[in-house]
Parts: sequence; structure tokens; C-alpha cells
Amino acid sequence: MTAPASSDVIIVGGGIMGSSAAFFLRRRGLSVTLLESDLIGRQASGTNFGNVRRQGRPLYQLALANRAIAIWREAEALLDCDVEYRQFGHMRVCYRTRPELAATMEQYAADARQSDLDLEMLSGNMLRTRFPFLGEEVLAASYSPLCGHANPRLVSPAFARAAQRLGAMVHERCAVTETAKMGDDFVVAAADGRQFRAPVLLITAGAWGDRFAAAFGEPLPLTSRAPNMCVTEPLPYALRPSVGVVTPDTEESVYIRQVERGNLVMGGSFYNPSYPDRYRVDVRPENSLSLWRQIQRLIPAVGRVSVIRTWSGIEGYLPDSAPVMGPSMTTSGLYYAFGFAGAGFQLGPGVGDTMAELIATGRTDIDLAPYRADRFSAG
Amino acid sequence: MADPVVAIIGAGPAGVRAAAALVAAGVRPVVIDEAMRAGGQIYRRQPDGFTRSYTDLYGSEADRAKAVHDCFDALHGHVDYRPQTLAWNISDRRIFTAGPDGQQVLPFDALLLCTGATDRLMPVSGWHWAGCYSLGGAQIALKAQACAIGRRTVFMGSGPLLYLVAAQYAKAGAEVAAVLDTSSMSASVAALPRLLAQPATLRVGVGLLRDLRRAGVPIHRGITPVEIHGDADRGVSGVTVRTSRGDALTIDCDAAAMGHHLRPETQLAELAGCDFAFDAMVRQWLPVRDADGRSSQPGVYLAGDGARILGAVAAEAAGELAALTILADRGYRVSDTARQDARQAVARARRFAEGLARAYPWPHEQTSALGDATILCRCEAITVGDLRRTIAETGAEEANRAKAFSRIGMGRCQGRYCGLAAAELIAGAVGTPVEAVGRLRAAAPVKPIAIGSAGRCDR
Repeated sequence: MTAPASSDVIIVGGGIMGSSAAFFLRRRGLSVTLLESDLIGRQASGTNFGNVRRQGRPLYQLALANRAIAIWREAEALLDCDVEYRQFGHMRVCYRTRPELAATMEQYAADARQSDLDLEMLSGNMLRTRFPFLGEEVLAASYSPLCGHANPRLVSPAFARAAQRLGAMVHERCAVTETAKMGDDFVVAAADGRQFRAPVLLITAGAWGDRFAAAFGEPLPLTSRAPNMCVTEPLPYALRPSVGVVTPDTEESVYIRQVERGNLVMGGSFYNPSYPDRYRVDVRPENSLSLWRQIQRLIPAVGRVSVIRTWSGIEGYLPDSAPVMGPSMTTSGLYYAFGFAGAGFQLGPGVGDTMAELIATGRTDIDLAPYRADRFSAG
Repeated sequence: MADPVVAIIGAGPAGVRAAAALVAAGVRPVVIDEAMRAGGQIYRRQPDGFTRSYTDLYGSEADRAKAVHDCFDALHGHVDYRPQTLAWNISDRRIFTAGPDGQQVLPFDALLLCTGATDRLMPVSGWHWAGCYSLGGAQIALKAQACAIGRRTVFMGSGPLLYLVAAQYAKAGAEVAAVLDTSSMSASVAALPRLLAQPATLRVGVGLLRDLRRAGVPIHRGITPVEIHGDADRGVSGVTVRTSRGDALTIDCDAAAMGHHLRPETQLAELAGCDFAFDAMVRQWLPVRDADGRSSQPGVYLAGDGARILGAVAAEAAGELAALTILADRGYRVSDTARQDARQAVARARRFAEGLARAYPWPHEQTSALGDATILCRCEAITVGDLRRTIAETGAEEANRAKAFSRIGMGRCQGRYCGLAAAELIAGAVGTPVEAVGRLRAAAPVKPIAIGSAGRCDR
């Protein structure tokens, strides 16, 4: 048997968190081994809607989101790959049936200004003139011009390839079966018998993250959800911002954007059943139908457009919809960044950068208190 | 006990014969079909008001076509027939359909998929110009609409449809500029013993060849396609191939029909959860089924060219056999003789199909010779060079990975027309067997479906 491959850091999970962390760790000069059970960015990171959205996040999260968006703006040069980040704006709207949400959005806009997020409140003629495609039910909108969208299929693999060019070891189809701390090092075993060793272990395994944390005595109430996604045939390019509905009702919570190629990508309404153990989601046709009904409330004209594909992916959720991010509370050298509750795509590059900073320097300006791994423990 | 809900998707020869066998046993099946009238693609009926005779429409197959049509017409009132209806997804033993009555959900006890086939296409430089059709498309234009795809048409590719459609065009009075066959005469000779498994079908093929020669149509075998000439304003203007002797041959034309035999439409089988296996003879992934038509999913059955290309004659037998299997599996008493006869007909067709695969091999090696500028995925305008570059830059060696990075197979057809060639191209570029490349995963809807078909929210 060969000796375990050694590096400064082992990352388990090759989604956007893991691959961007690998990239930024290499930029800080640490040696990195990235292990992915399937293919880089194939799960939630590659199947999500592609929103690069800051508004609507808890205010305490905006510092992290701002750190991320600075990276998004540089991504093409940084990664030597056009990941199709287009800063064409992001808009949230509320319906006339829920007028109280307009006031909530207004308050949020006032609060977010202190976190360098400028939002423009639109309603009435102003809203109709600028966005004439919106349905009659739309009452008001909160528009963020300096957000946008990107291609999720390309981003994580681009980070992983860039990390590889900087010397990171990236192993796909390498399912981790065992992790243990032996002395100062973590020893990680893969299903195919390979072993890896490093003094630092970072778990970025999304909806599968809890099983690794549990092995170190940190059980987490992580559940999985699978959003409902679809894409239409291409149309002339017209819809520049990404648009989503603000509502407490899952059924009517839908979102839409247009890629430059012309296709409308949309998602939301009811979640699909997911089976993380089998890497499988059932895209329920009734959920597709619900999405198609709801999206016509937002933009009635899409009723005449045809859907060509539906899909889903598996996302990890904790009860407060905030991730676990930061050091383990039980084991030194162990770090977590998972459970981003379907809202991790925009944050991804910022999370990778923050985790690299934390691991390399032992500190970060980002307040990690809301993301502590022990926040669900009794007492 | 309530009668079981038995659903048949597809009203071609397999679906029609299956429906008849079920009705004969006292079951009232649901028959879901995309077309306006039953018959499938091969026995597609002309629209109301068209008056061509069966012989004009179906030639040597006129009697069979009439028998299938008459069989289905006689079932009127005994089947729950849903024409112009797309089965767009299958989930949790329910069929989701979109048709004249909007969206409907049909829970089933047994489902027979008779989803038929479409052309297997090999890209060639210029195949995106207007006037370039698949052989099947060219045939449908003639059969359903009494139209030719051009004034002067070149037929190029291989397989039985190549000669059939060319002969039908010649007979209808359209000018057939040439038949350009990628397969060689020696391959046909080597395949003869297997082709003799269905002597009548073989005789039909020989007859087509004779008709084409009598009509003075030039036939070239063993050719290699080089380019379809054309431009955006006028469409196709000619075809250049390399002959078996290595000379360049250019033929002027204003339309080209091409194809290399057929490929099964398997997306619904995949959405229904059926297992698939790679078949080395046809170099395709096919749904696994037993000799009686059972898939790997309990209650889901497969018949006809939608499961494996065995032709229309075999589809009738396989449809009946699958229906009898459904009945037997549900405790009905069925005739062993009828099942045995149907099994033998399917087995003969299978031997014949092996002969066809040898006589008209899929020229997969041509993908390596395609120039970088050739469009591979016509829906998304992805070139051969785009895919080669993606593979080189990203290391994508698997079909779905290459799709995710390059958009190949991401358009309206969802890879149904470019997926097989793309897989061959990846295999050639990476140096792996094509089965290691895998296949594009099927995702609903199986064909584009309007968002408005879901209806609107009442508020």
C-alpha cells in the first residue's frame, strides 16, 4: 500500500464552495487536495438558477455577499474563463395581494444601504414603463442594478480548473468513506482505497455535509430540498435583469432570467423529493405545472413560450436557512462551509475566499457567529 | 375488481395491434398518440380531403397499411383514444399529457410504450442549410402533404429508408438527382444470410433498387459525404462526396435528404425508470426488455421501433405480444399459440435487423474526419470544433458533461438528432469506446411544451 498523499488542506466536496476555496487557498500558497464524489459542480452548484443576487439576504450576510460580488466582477480574468456573469440587475417584486410586502421591501432597502447595497424602489407608471412585461398583479419592485446572473454549469468547474493550474490536486469520482484525526493530521479514505492526509480538513459537501460533521461529534439537523427548474426555447434577448417574487408562500415563489443565448431559465414553486444517498431527485411533473402557472402571473407573455427541459438538484438546508461556516467546535483543524439553503451560488466565491483566509491566517473580518456549528445544540 | 388501466403510448403498427389484442380480451385501453390519426409514421394517413390511393401512398406496403388502419378503425368505441396528445412526462406510475383538452394526468396499472423511431443522422458540412431534411422528414412531406422537399433532390446516407424514400420520390414524379450510399456492395452481400430471415422484406428492397435503376437514377455505393453546398439565401445548391474510387463527385440539387437508418425514441422509457444497456451492434443505448416485451420496471412494457429498430412488420407482432404479456401478467387467460407465433416473428425480425446493421453500418468513424467548422448541434449551432475545444479544455469525457460545458444537445431536440454523432465524436477525440461516453440523460418534457398549456392561476 502506498503512503497517503499529503497536502496542507483536504477539501471534501467539489461544488462552488470547495472549488473556490481550493483556488483561493492555492493563491495563498497552501497545498490543496480537493475530493469530489461525483464530478465538480454537478450537484446544487451546477443545477441552480444562477442568481447572483444580494438583496433579500439577512443584513448580517451582506458583507459576505459583497465580498463575493467583487470576485464575480473579476471572475472572467481571474479564472481565464467566461462564466457568463452578466451584471444586468436583479429585481424582487411583490403582488397586489400582499401589499404589506412593499413596505417590507422599502424598509429592507433603507437598511441595506448601510451595507453598500443600493436598491431602487419602483412602482406604478415608473415600474410599468421600465419593465412593461410584468403582469398586472405586480404591485412594486425592489431593483438592484449592480447584481446579475451567471452560468452555474460553468462556474465551479472553472474554479477547479484554475485551482488545478495553480497546483491543486483535484480528484473527481473520489467518494470519501472515512475521515479521522490521527495525531495532528486528518486521514481521509476514499471508496477506491486511496488515502489522503492533511492537518486541515474543510467540509464543503453541501447536502451531504452533515454526515462528515457527525463523524466528529457535531450532529447537524441538515435536510435536503430539490428546487424545480426549467428552461425554454431561445427567444430574442430582451429580459436583462433576473426577476423573482417575494412571498411567504412557497407555491407562488418563482423566479426567471434570460441567458444571452436567448433561453428563459426559470424555477421555483413547490420543491421536489430528493434522495441524497442515491444522488437522485424526482422532478415531479405537477411541480413543473405549478411553476408554469405561477410564472405567468409574473410575466404573462411567457405562456406562449415552450419549455424544452426540466431539472433539479439537491440543496442542503438547516432550520434557520443559514449555513454552517467556520471552524468546528469539537476538532481543531476542521472547518465547515455547507448548508447554504439554496442561496449559496452568489456567496460561493466569497465563501471560498473567506475560508481560505481563515485557514491561512487564522482570522477573517467576516462575522462567522451566525454560522456556528453548535448553534443548534441544546443549551 | 375494477378493470386495470392499461395505457398505450403511440398508435403506430405496434400500438394498434396491442390495442386490438387488449380489446379482444375485454380490456378498454387508453391510446395516446401525438398524430391526428392512427397509423404511426410508416403508415401515416393523409389529411382529410386528400384522395391518393393506398397504392400511391404506401406502394408495396399498401395492404399492410390498410390492415393496420382498418384494425384501429374497428376498435372505435372500444378504446379511450386520445389523438393529438403529447405524453410529456411519466412520474410515479402516472402519465402527464398535453392535448386538445389541456393538461391531464393518467394513473396507470400497465403501460405499453410504442414510441417509434426517428432518423439517425450523421452530420456533414453544410447540413444546416435550408432544404436539408432527414429521410423520414422527406418521406412525411410526401406522404402526409403530397409535397417534395425540392425540385431536384439528392438522397444520401444508408439503410432501407434511403432507397425507399428515393423510390417513392421518383414514383411521385419528383426528380431524384442521385442516391449516394455510404455502405458498400460487399457489406450487403455479407449480410445476405441474415437478410434472408425476412425474404419478403428483402424482395421489396431489391424491387426498390430495380425501380430506381429503371427511372435512370444514378446510384453510388461506398461514398463518403464531403459537403452540402448552399447559402443562407437560397439554401442547398449541391452535394459533394468522395466516390469509392476516391474521386470527388459533385451533384447539383436544391434539396438533400439524409439519414442512416433509425434510432428509437426512448425518452419516455427512461422517464418511466427503465434500465438501459449498450448494444454494440447498433452502437446505441436501448431499454432493456425481455423476449415478451417487459421492461425492467414492473408494469412498463415496450414494443416496436421505440425499443429497438426491427421494422414495421415486427412492430405489429411485438405490439400484440406485449399486449398478451400484459394480459397474462394480470391474470388473464391468453393463447400460448398466439404468443409463440408473435415471439417467432419478432425473432425473425431480429435476425433481419442484424443483417441490416451489417449491410448498412452506421459510419461512426466519419465523425473523426468532420472539419471543425461543421455544425454538429443544429439547434444550438454548436460546431464540431466547439465540442473538440471543450473536450480539450475541460477534460469532459462523458456525454452529459460535454453537454453541460458546450451546450451540445441542449436545444429544442434535446440531442435526439445530434446526440449519437456527438457521442462518437467524443469517443474519437478522447480515445475511449463510445459506450464509455454514456448517453444524454432524458429530461421532461420529451418534446417542447408551451408554458400556457398548464393553464393560468384563477385569481
